[in-house]
Amino acid sequence: MARVVPMARLMQGNEAVAEAAVSAGVMFYAGYPITPSTEIAEHMAKRLPPLGGIFIQMEDEISSIAAVIGASLGGMKAITATSGPGFSLMQENIGYAVMAEVPCVIVNVMRLGPSTGMPTAPGQGDVMQARWGTHGDHPVIALCPSSVTEAHDLTVKAVNLAEKFRTPVILLLDEVVAHLRERIVIPSRENMEIVERKKIPEENGSFLPYRPEAGGVPAIPDIGRGFRFNVTGLVHDQRGIPSNDPGVAADLISRLLGKVNNNAGEIYTSDGYMLEDAEIVVVAYGSVARSARRAVKEARAEGIPAGMWRPVSLWPFPAGEIRELSRRVRCIIVAEMNAGQLAGEVERHAGGCPVVSLGKVSGELISPLEIFRRIKEVFS
Amino acid sequence: MNERVEIILSGSGGQGMILAGIILADAAIREGKSVVQSQSYGPEARGGASRAEVIIGGEELDYPKISNPDILLAMSQQASDKFLHRVKKGGLVILDSSYVADFPRPDGVRLYSIPISDTARDGLGKEMMANMVALGALIQVSGVIGRDNVQKAVEERVPSGSLEKNILALELGRKLAKNSDIL
Repeated sequence: MARVVPMARLMQGNEAVAEAAVSAGVMFYAGYPITPSTEIAEHMAKRLPPLGGIFIQMEDEISSIAAVIGASLGGMKAITATSGPGFSLMQENIGYAVMAEVPCVIVNVMRLGPSTGMPTAPGQGDVMQARWGTHGDHPVIALCPSSVTEAHDLTVKAVNLAEKFRTPVILLLDEVVAHLRERIVIPSRENMEIVERKKIPEENGSFLPYRPEAGGVPAIPDIGRGFRFNVTGLVHDQRGIPSNDPGVAADLISRLLGKVNNNAGEIYTSDGYMLEDAEIVVVAYGSVARSARRAVKEARAEGIPAGMWRPVSLWPFPAGEIRELSRRVRCIIVAEMNAGQLAGEVERHAGGCPVVSLGKVSGELISPLEIFRRIKEVFS
Repeated sequence: MNERVEIILSGSGGQGMILAGIILADAAIREGKSVVQSQSYGPEARGGASRAEVIIGGEELDYPKISNPDILLAMSQQASDKFLHRVKKGGLVILDSSYVADFPRPDGVRLYSIPISDTARDGLGKEMMANMVALGALIQVSGVIGRDNVQKAVEERVPSGSLEKNILALELGRKLAKNSDIL
């Protein structure tokens, strides 16, 4: 057999997401095209049918996420992609997927909102919506790439985490990363870690679809394989039967939260740049982290001990790292394309360390100069 | 590491500036260079300002946007007004004289004013080909990327039905630039 040598290619962030989804074993896509996420749908429409997968252009985003949930319950790895207004429409069913423990990935390419806002302009205003968009206490995993290569790798990770913990995972790109084209070397599939969901071999007398196994995650069988069980968004017992019992409710919600909270150690991802001796730390994520990195370099060139910390998993938020940083630095600047959404989160974990919010809501990427100026201001 | 070159390709939506940027970036990858390409455009399919930014070479390509380009292609008056004064000293400017009538002549900048869109329309019967004519002119006068790699990128990225015409447009652009003088 000929050995396939991975080749460097020019690829767009959105295209890398689609390619990675296919590599991770996604065989179902349902979505409604919306700028700036549309290229993901375009590529999935090209890639899935020849592989025997299914692509459906739905009538809207509510039905898109519903179809994804249905496909996943049937045993397929499933994904959808959208942006701002579409993400808003999906919120109710994201909660359903949390409650019914249906693995799925929702890609949200952030553009300037609220409402239709500026469709082609970047934003990062959906950070808190990703955390709290659906009602009720619920676990959330949200990952945020800064480059095309990372968009690829985090898509694979998102699919894996969804399957492993049986919960929806949100991939938060911003328009800049989604439309950026850069060099990428895609690893061969044999070199990727791909997680398959746990399956129950056959139904027996003691079968309980929602009985938790290791890590609090149940091995729910695929629908249509001979198992009889109920799936509902209502609070339910281990049989899946609705219940009004306060004990059942408390156990269920605690277990759902625990699936992510108790396993957060394997979900947390972050990246640091010149942090060792940093006195001023810029916290940035997505495309803004690229500006922050440049700003830190320029500050260092002027002798200012600056560094950058970048949360890659926004949710669960790696709060311990902020706590640790806050004890040894003078000031934290949070640069983001919103009015300070993550700054609030950083502040509540930063102890007494001052946290400065550098927010931008003009639909433009924050420039290195803007961050550099703030570093200088804070330093003197 | 090779030298860092920052290029802005700007015009109106529908002129193909983003595709031209993608082809330039693709060709750079084929030359083993580091590259990052980003785009800005309005919600309209046609009209409105549209631009591609391509950074080729350099050590670390972090911030993908360009404030002061080394090379500017301006295919509309608006694009020229917005970016011409930002071009670096020693930089290169190509203006489409079919659309850009008024422009200053900044010192220390090599400036070409070439009838790109007219050439595409009269020479190829399709103004749509103006982006390839412009790309041909750009690689001719800048030497930033080799012609062969640009052609390979075009082969990969344009629909096969119009490939021949696109290659012809590239050649037309190169000739046009070769026979033009710096203003």
